[in-house]
Amino acid sequence: MGRFAPLLPELILSIGATVLMMVAAFTGRRGAGIVSWLAVILLLGATAALVGAPSHAGPVFDGLVTEDLFASFGRAIIYPASAVAIIAAYGWFERGTEHASEYAVLILFSAVGMGVMVSASSLVSLYVGLELQSLAAYVLASYRRTDERSAEAGLKYFVLGALASGILLYGISLLYGFTGTMSFNGLAAAFGRGAPSLGLLFGLVFVLAGLAFKASAVPFHMWTPDVYEGAPTPVTMFFGSAPKVAAVLLATRLCVEGLAPATDAWRQIVIFAALASIFLGAVGAFGQTNIKRLLAYSSINNVGFALIGLAAGGTRGASSVLFYMAVYVVMTLGAFLCVLWMRDEDGRPVESIASLSGLAQTRPGFAWAFSAFMWSLAGIPPFFGFWPKLLVFRAAIGSGYIALAVAGILGTVIGAYYYMKIIKVMFMDEPAKPFARTRQPIQAALILVAAVAISPLGYLLIQGLGTLSDRAAGSLF
Amino acid sequence: MIAGWIQSHLLSILIFIPLIAGAICLFVSASGARWTALVATLLDFALSIYLWVQYNPDGPQWQFQESAPIGGGVNWALGIDGIALLLIVLTAFLMPICIGASWRAIEKRVPEYMGYFLLMDALIMGSFSAQDLFLFYIFFEGGLIPMYFIIGIWGGAERIKASYKFFLYTLAGSVLMLIAMLYMAGTSGTTSIPALMAYDFPKSAQTFLFLAFLASFAVKLPMWPVHTWLPDAHVQAPTAGSVILAGVLLKLGGYGFIRFSLPMFPDGSAQFIPLLFVLSGIAVVYTSLVALVQRDMKKLVAYSSVAHMAFVTFGLFAMNRQGIEGAMLVMLGHGLVSGALFLCVGVVYDRLHTREIDRYGGLADNMPGYALLFMVFTMASVGLPGTSNFVGEFLSLIGTYRASTWAAIAATTGIILGAAYMLYLYWRICFGTLRHADAAAMPDLSVREWWLLAPIALAVFWMGIYPESFIRPMRADVGRLLTRLERVVPTGDSHIVVPTMANGMHMDHGATH
Repeated sequence: MGRFAPLLPELILSIGATVLMMVAAFTGRRGAGIVSWLAVILLLGATAALVGAPSHAGPVFDGLVTEDLFASFGRAIIYPASAVAIIAAYGWFERGTEHASEYAVLILFSAVGMGVMVSASSLVSLYVGLELQSLAAYVLASYRRTDERSAEAGLKYFVLGALASGILLYGISLLYGFTGTMSFNGLAAAFGRGAPSLGLLFGLVFVLAGLAFKASAVPFHMWTPDVYEGAPTPVTMFFGSAPKVAAVLLATRLCVEGLAPATDAWRQIVIFAALASIFLGAVGAFGQTNIKRLLAYSSINNVGFALIGLAAGGTRGASSVLFYMAVYVVMTLGAFLCVLWMRDEDGRPVESIASLSGLAQTRPGFAWAFSAFMWSLAGIPPFFGFWPKLLVFRAAIGSGYIALAVAGILGTVIGAYYYMKIIKVMFMDEPAKPFARTRQPIQAALILVAAVAISPLGYLLIQGLGTLSDRAAGSLF
Repeated sequence: MIAGWIQSHLLSILIFIPLIAGAICLFVSASGARWTALVATLLDFALSIYLWVQYNPDGPQWQFQESAPIGGGVNWALGIDGIALLLIVLTAFLMPICIGASWRAIEKRVPEYMGYFLLMDALIMGSFSAQDLFLFYIFFEGGLIPMYFIIGIWGGAERIKASYKFFLYTLAGSVLMLIAMLYMAGTSGTTSIPALMAYDFPKSAQTFLFLAFLASFAVKLPMWPVHTWLPDAHVQAPTAGSVILAGVLLKLGGYGFIRFSLPMFPDGSAQFIPLLFVLSGIAVVYTSLVALVQRDMKKLVAYSSVAHMAFVTFGLFAMNRQGIEGAMLVMLGHGLVSGALFLCVGVVYDRLHTREIDRYGGLADNMPGYALLFMVFTMASVGLPGTSNFVGEFLSLIGTYRASTWAAIAATTGIILGAAYMLYLYWRICFGTLRHADAAAMPDLSVREWWLLAPIALAVFWMGIYPESFIRPMRADVGRLLTRLERVVPTGDSHIVVPTMANGMHMDHGATH
């Protein structure tokens, strides 16, 4: 029994999800509410279960997974973010036509997969976690079966995702073929024996390409805007938050633990992906008229900044990645909660940026919250989104990558333009047709909490969050 | 006990009064917001006067210090020296005037407007009193947000473009400064501004650090050729926005040079003196000529701001006492005078809703009070002895002359051109015949407008007649800066016979006291 203690969070989630699946199957539409709330409770329970054994158990199951503080930090972001994705969807899917209860179950399975991703310390568990997360995600993207866009998004995501998985598997097989081991420690030892062979380099590149797809880093980002636009908004919100964290953290652990001796090999790839993501994410957003597409480019852009921290390397770099992703998730969830709130008079969701016109006059509270998320995503002080950007640049400069930092920070200026465009539409344009008034106290409370966290008051969190991310990053080295 | 706490947190209180008042404004009616803003800014002004009285010019360099860690190596560290003190007083003085100038002119979304204004007030106060590198950056950069809204929501026809231009220009300059700050914090291991002012960075690094800070401050000040955001922003902004932009926000650039560039990178600064002189020389001549042909009153005053700011850079990079003290006085004087000129433009704009110079003329007949005050400020802007700008410009010219004759030639040309465009403006607006019936029907200054302009006029004369009140608090700080620069000051090319020069200098300097 003691062997399983470190896996308590995963056990809670997978057993709970299986049971809930049965409940969903037998209660049908009637059980949607209860299943959703039970799923939220399970996720919160799993988060609570992170305290204790899982944060210091070390390698488990012959090193398949490592339950350290790094993994716990990642899951402490992922589980609550998944819970928010369930809460936000509650009341979104019309009860009559959709299988609302299965949505929560799929999110739970995806959360288990992401939990495995952040704790994986072997190529096998890496792949299993990633696929578990992805398979659930494919279904979620096409969740609104009758909607063509949603079906298209699901199909696109699946085909491209399968391609990426293939690339990843090919890379894994190369790495295994040339080193004879699957574990990250074994890989590190193999790379440590002098200059890596061509086969190893190919394996490394393919694996990183597969991970870049999941993190939607340029040049493997093409699916992002289409899938974000087509998928139902709560699902888009989910895609934008937890899976990004899982993918970036997985890449961090793989690079720092498994590929540490080959740092020179992967660093240039990461630097390219970081800068390309920042600039393409910023430039690509310019002409967008759909808020979800715009936020898709925003997430590409933000992943680029997180990768700067990874490129910087060292404890400080890894710590800045963790800090960045933690704040990024809050900003993204907040922004998407606002998007979820956009409905016309008949209650149909609207997604055009133009529909936000003059919101500051018709719905000031909402406009203020939304603009806070935009300023924060743009990284403009005094909003808290500035601080994680500062940390990744500090890490980059600390490692001597000044040119990288300069290029990256100029990217924030370009990016600031389109975030400001949304703010301009809300504050400076004449009011358009107002949105319907909806009564969603829980969603409103979540928006409020997120807005306060990324407001200047967030600076009070620096001490705590900074110490945690430092210790979590320290557990990698 | 409470008194003691207040005494040790004066600067925090200075920042939080407008911040809290700004939050209150959002929840009250339009007139409630106006009064809240007025009371808060007056309170802040009273507090700043108290600071001025309490400030001991012979005391330690940093006074009213307080510090509390925020985390991540950043401290809520505040403290001021004489230079910051004067700029804080200037800000606190102009703020209630801005609120008053918006009393009638702003009719839509008043609570929001007042909220942004007070937020900006707080952030500017924070920038001048921050003693932590990153805290300064947060305040400095955060000040863009309220200004973006003020221009973008309450501005003129082209307001959106102007607000973007203002924001992105300034942001692009500032982010390079952030990189430099991160490097400085990493190399020296401290983020405390006083500690960094005594830290010697390697010479090679100083070059890049100076350029990075220059990118930020040159845009903010603004210097030619990165001044192009300023005319747009000024023309589109509401009157009070222009006042605060010209009066205070531009001073952040000059303050940045004094606080960061000169003491932290003396070698870097000395290396770029020729560049700075050339840019300032071009600015002073070119923008004066541009001002001469403007048809739009606000644009003219905006270009004159760029020209006046060139005296600041001339003075600062002359790296001698006259130059630096002169630069500070130019900043203070220009803060008052350009603010007042924008208010004067606002007065007639509120009546006729046009800024076309041709639509006015002969206002001296029907608006004698206005013509009088406008003349005072025109003369001050020209630099007439007895007004604030004379002292500053004269000192900064002496300083420049001691450093470089050629630079002084360019700078003095600016004085002549400055007289030309300002007097030409005044002549076209106030003298001549009342050609337009609607302009002739305009009433003279109201009581409210007198209350806005008269205090500035008094301050202008005070500074012109007894500048010692303003030089005294900063004398010791300028001295400390000069000690820091001593090593790198280049010898000037004006080969003055030393004894005569020394005597002459002494007399000039003494005369201004």
